[in-house]
Amino acid sequence: MDRETQLAMLRDMLLARAFEERAAEEYTKGNIAGFLHLYPGEEAVAVGVLHAAEPSDYIVSTYREHVHAMVRGIPPRRVMAELFGRRHGCSRGMGGSMHLFDRERRFMGGYAIVGETYPVAIGIGYAVAMRGLPEAVICFFGDGAVNQGTFHESLNMAALWRLPVLFVCENNRYQIGTEIHRHSAVAEVYKRACAHRIPARRVDGMDVMAVYQATAEALGEIRSETGPRLIECETYRYRGHSMADPGTYRPKVEVQAYERKDPITVAIAETLPRYPTPEEIAAAGPDAIEGLIGAMNDAGRLTAAQLDALKAEVTQVVEDAVAFAAASPEPTLADAQAALDCNRNGEVLI
Amino acid sequence: MAEEMLYWQALNRALDAEMALDESVFILGEDVGLYGGSYRVTEGLYARYGEWRVRDTPISEGSFTGLGVGAALVGMRPVVEIMTINFSLLALDAIVNMAAKVPFMSGGQFPMALVIRMPGGVAKQLAAQHSQRLEQMYMNVPGLRIAVPATSQDAWWQLRQAIRSDEPIVFIEHELLYFSKGPVDLEAEAPPMHRARVHRQGRDLTIVAYSRMLDLSLRAAAQLAEEGIEATVIDLRSLRPIDWDTCVASVEQTHRLLVVEEDSRFAGSGAEIAAELAERCFYHLDVPPARLGGRELPTPYNGTSEAQCIPRPSDIVAAARRLCGT
Repeated sequence: MDRETQLAMLRDMLLARAFEERAAEEYTKGNIAGFLHLYPGEEAVAVGVLHAAEPSDYIVSTYREHVHAMVRGIPPRRVMAELFGRRHGCSRGMGGSMHLFDRERRFMGGYAIVGETYPVAIGIGYAVAMRGLPEAVICFFGDGAVNQGTFHESLNMAALWRLPVLFVCENNRYQIGTEIHRHSAVAEVYKRACAHRIPARRVDGMDVMAVYQATAEALGEIRSETGPRLIECETYRYRGHSMADPGTYRPKVEVQAYERKDPITVAIAETLPRYPTPEEIAAAGPDAIEGLIGAMNDAGRLTAAQLDALKAEVTQVVEDAVAFAAASPEPTLADAQAALDCNRNGEVLI
Repeated sequence: MAEEMLYWQALNRALDAEMALDESVFILGEDVGLYGGSYRVTEGLYARYGEWRVRDTPISEGSFTGLGVGAALVGMRPVVEIMTINFSLLALDAIVNMAAKVPFMSGGQFPMALVIRMPGGVAKQLAAQHSQRLEQMYMNVPGLRIAVPATSQDAWWQLRQAIRSDEPIVFIEHELLYFSKGPVDLEAEAPPMHRARVHRQGRDLTIVAYSRMLDLSLRAAAQLAEEGIEATVIDLRSLRPIDWDTCVASVEQTHRLLVVEEDSRFAGSGAEIAAELAERCFYHLDVPPARLGGRELPTPYNGTSEAQCIPRPSDIVAAARRLCGT
């Protein structure tokens, strides 16, 4: 992989982290309401998968989808404006945090009922297959979603008709507050795919390069019309399930252990000529990002300056997004009615 | 030039006509292809259009209806057949949470040219799980439209209109109508999909009905006429939206309203119809509106008990007499 792509992925991960932490702040200020599910800790999955996708591919995501939307190219200001419920949000203020949509970018939505992404994805895949196009559909879901009936129903149909769908499990090991061994008899999600003869594999979801490689390979196979694939990404969320959840059910030592495996840390390490030693990572302490960035600056490496520039840039992008969202007008009830009626296309009903 | 056609044949012709015109129209459901459809509605289409356009699905209502939602998001016109309305309970998430919501929640970015066909109502001794009338459930969902054709002509017209619409439509047929015969003019221009139709004009009362209850109401009206009671009979043809103006205009002339529904009377479709028309026509009504609906029981298997649980023409006649004070 070339350095530019790596840097772009690092930039997206930094942006993701900065955006989500700022969203949490805006939530506490009351600028964002409702349910807010944040992504810190899981950045390597969205970034690795979506950088391996083509613009012609379709993305179907869950309610924890701000980062998927931004990596897909929806401007952060339009995502933030949607979180604020404003007219210039990517869903015009009608969807909110859990329902980001962008037709042009083939971002087919955030779905907030667990297990809905599979049937939507196979439906799009069915249309793609009928049209005979070299497009693929990427379907995100969490580990908690694999116990919905739609998982097996949809995987069966995807395999039966060899639909071009890549199923991506973001396994953060928690179904809100229930740990995976307490909600699944088989905790290895990828093993379930073999029931439908879908080739599947498990990757380190904290390693953006590994996620990228696995996705690129799977999409290549899908485009050669060999049917669906499944990738299970083992990851972790640092925060609770949503802003309403303090996440106190997880052992502190477990949270700390995963923070050491911070995907941003790993990505930064990839831009260096060598991997940091375990001692260096340990010395970085719980805030692995700051520690490594400090270490890079101390070493006077070129990439350290680039990192600073990247950090400054994403900070600016997030600032701009918040300012844009705050300035965007509230939608009117007429806007809401129009959102429902605009597909009527002048059809006379009565 | 009208020709006599069975209800299922009219639906079949409508599917065929739209599939021939538009390659984005495709059918999916259980046994719709090779088998030809449980009520023959898709007969012959698999041979004509192939397996991708007439897709036999596994028994997975939730996911194949959701598949229709996904396909509609990218500009297809899926026609999902659910074998009976009872099974649509397994697809409620796809219908209510997805089809009805996604176009709106996206700020209007996505069309939803999805038709979900299903027979509803009480047939003949199919027992409680297969004899439900759940249309009132869908009536309470903004974002959906509901068509309930009662005649072969409307089956032909409304299904074609539903397929052409870019909004999600729940299309409720009836097991006992599939083999009813009626004239169909294939060339005639269709009225708007949701406009009610006045089938009979009378001065004494207005009977509002839909689906199979139309035929029963017309039979009752014929009997009432022999007794000197002249009823107007309106077929709603649609349950969301409802053509209130046609109903109001009639009630303002007859001053009496009887709503006939097959579903359970409590919180049924008739409750909405009677309440709205009572509000709109209060000062024109001589007596309170009356509702005739199904008994508050899961439908019994026993044939005699079953028949007693849904309105019969004699029940409609009796209710009309009571309204007219005779």
